[in-house]
Amino acid sequence: MTQFAPGDLVRIRDDYPPGHIRTPIYLRGKEGVVERYFGAFGNPEVLAYNLKGPKKDLYKIRFRAADVWPDYQGSPKDVIEADIYEHWLEKLA
Amino acid sequence: MSGDHHHHHDHGHGHAHSPPQPDDKVHSYYQILSIALKELLIEKNVVTAAEVRRFIEARDSITPANGARVIARAWVDPAFRARLLEDANKAVGELGFEMTTARLVAVENTQEAHNVVVCTLCSCYPRDLLGLPPAWYKSRAYRARIVREPRAVLQEFGTELSDDVALHVHDSTADIRFLVLPRRPAGTQHMSEAELAALVTRDSMIGVTVLDQVA
Repeated sequence: MTQFAPGDLVRIRDDYPPGHIRTPIYLRGKEGVVERYFGAFGNPEVLAYNLKGPKKDLYKIRFRAADVWPDYQGSPKDVIEADIYEHWLEKLA
Repeated sequence: MSGDHHHHHDHGHGHAHSPPQPDDKVHSYYQILSIALKELLIEKNVVTAAEVRRFIEARDSITPANGARVIARAWVDPAFRARLLEDANKAVGELGFEMTTARLVAVENTQEAHNVVVCTLCSCYPRDLLGLPPAWYKSRAYRARIVREPRAVLQEFGTELSDDVALHVHDSTADIRFLVLPRRPAGTQHMSEAELAALVTRDSMIGVTVLDQVA
């Protein structure tokens, strides 16, 4: 049972812990939509230190470019998609 | 050579030579670290120099032509195209290509949407299928700008997208590697699969370009 489903509105945690984090800083705190679920993958935040830990569900999150960059110059249809592990996602209403 | 008082590089047998490349490259800290690690592993018999060379040769044998075969098959075989979009690892396996290190996902360009791929964090790239990424793909400029001003970057590659087309920038932040399935160019109805594969470029599979119409 996954925590999120395609179409869910989510926010990326606005958090800046040290370590090997694969959640880009430019997306932290941004809101997007779950586009698809990829499955569970090893967590890079522990793998980077040669440690073992539970796998994390990985989702493709779609952001409107204009939501990521308030002064975005392009089409309002443009999006950025990034692959984000579950523990970086917060569900919005 | 007609110049009698101009400086020129003619040295008596009709052509100029390029200067020799001086072997004075300064290695970075991490290059030195990597060389030291390799030498230690060889010294301790963990790997042999021949194994390292064979691995590099195997990597170098993977070229964008592999991806081009996949794209051409998807253009001529709708059932294969569907399987490629559903499970790309399995679909490229049908053509004998093995994704040994990552999950491959194909994203399809359509009239409504164009896809382009980046790894803003490092240089993730579908190496198992396309080989090593081009130098610009790993540059800070490309990685920063393609998410910030993607249409300006595409224009520099000669790619003009109408505002009606949604541009999807895929940031390869985790375990997935992306392959763009370009649109089949106009004027190619009579081409064979092999002829089609010859049209497919590396950059079109990264998504910074679209394929030219065939006259």
